[in-house]
Amino acid sequence: MKTNYDIVVVGAGPAGSMAARFAAEQGVSVLMLEKDRDVGYPVRCGEAISKAGVEEFIPSDDKWIAAKISKFSFNAPDGSEAIIDFGDAGYVLERRSFDYELARTAAEAGAEILTRAYVNGLLFDDGKVSGVKYEINGEQKEVKAKIVIAADGVESRVGRWAGLETHVDFRDMESAVQITAANIPVDQSTLYFYFGQDVAPNGYFWVFPKGHNKANIGLGVSGLIGKKKSAQSYLDDFMNKHYPNAPVLTKIAGGVPCSITLDKISGPGIMLVGDAARQVNPLSGGGIASGMIGGKIAGTIAGEAIKQNKLDHILTYDKAWNDRLGKRHETFNRIKEGIYNFSDDKFNSIAHSILKIPIEKRTLGKVFTTALINNPSLLVDIAKVFVV
Amino acid sequence: MNYRQAKNGKLMIEILPDKCDFCGCCVGVCPEDAIELKEAEIFIIDERCTNCAKCVWSCPIEVIHFNKEGVLAK
Repeated sequence: MKTNYDIVVVGAGPAGSMAARFAAEQGVSVLMLEKDRDVGYPVRCGEAISKAGVEEFIPSDDKWIAAKISKFSFNAPDGSEAIIDFGDAGYVLERRSFDYELARTAAEAGAEILTRAYVNGLLFDDGKVSGVKYEINGEQKEVKAKIVIAADGVESRVGRWAGLETHVDFRDMESAVQITAANIPVDQSTLYFYFGQDVAPNGYFWVFPKGHNKANIGLGVSGLIGKKKSAQSYLDDFMNKHYPNAPVLTKIAGGVPCSITLDKISGPGIMLVGDAARQVNPLSGGGIASGMIGGKIAGTIAGEAIKQNKLDHILTYDKAWNDRLGKRHETFNRIKEGIYNFSDDKFNSIAHSILKIPIEKRTLGKVFTTALINNPSLLVDIAKVFVV
Repeated sequence: MNYRQAKNGKLMIEILPDKCDFCGCCVGVCPEDAIELKEAEIFIIDERCTNCAKCVWSCPIEVIHFNKEGVLAK
């Protein structure tokens, strides 16, 4: 292995792999370091994504599709369920296989990959990031790089070592716990969302099918809620109520930074992508597609910077990201702040309004306008979102 | 009694590593970069910790506790 690369990527999740791939495709040398022993595991994710979000990067493949999704089920606190059909639009992934395949595309483009390589510091040269320090098999090592791309997830420590402000306000951290359970007899093409103070205050509880009556089930709670009651405790309550005897195949904790993107996601020799840059869609908490987009933009710009021998070019990444998604996330974040503060009564009345629309006419647009017409106060909330 | 020392007095934040899932929520919210997390290893860097408790509130599975008495050194 070399000790000098054009680009080192820290973290081999979807954002890291896409950064590595789009840089390596330009013929520059790329090394991607992963702290865990496996790329793609453990899975800390609800695993749902739109088909379009995937297919920008990799053709759909049944080996990492656990379920094909065509419907939403909106479950209000009073038990009302409104189902909305939106066509052939999404997947529940098998992230373990999916991340693996994404890393393969990076490898095919020419990136080198090293697992169990724990990055624990940065190298600097004249104030610019110039490589990373890492531990592997108990040995401390160093590797030089012209550009370091930090895809180190919710922890986002590499960015702070580089001098960027990366820590998440505890109110924006959705601390999540998720299980994969068997014998969950739900429709295998529907994503189920549950709302309400007792179920998932300031967020939603999800039950996402994974084929053969397996399901990815979980929720995230903000640090403000977590002060009083943990995500684990909400999950236990839900499972005891709905599926008391379901065998649990996996259980894991995770964190979703549900905020707008960091003020700065690039600096001298450093770029941040994915959760590390807070590129999660703050409304849905989804971060796979947006992380891959962030990775693609960063990897492309980093490759160009190396080829043109113009390292300052990486500073254009902030604007490129903001133009593609960052600004949209600011709007989503305002909507989130409106919706997640709704009372149980309001969630109930929205469900009742949707149920009045014949199921074949329940397009998302129609649902949205009906919810507004029947809940004038909702209109005020949405207006607030856009007026600010 | 020999207590662990945080930046501003006794360390009062206690992580129970045997129960930890190593998810990184606490690391993400820590304003002081005072938590070290490897693949399956976690610990507080005592001299950086200010006992602010944000990690306690952000832990999804109640692995981090606030111990008013202070955390004893081993």
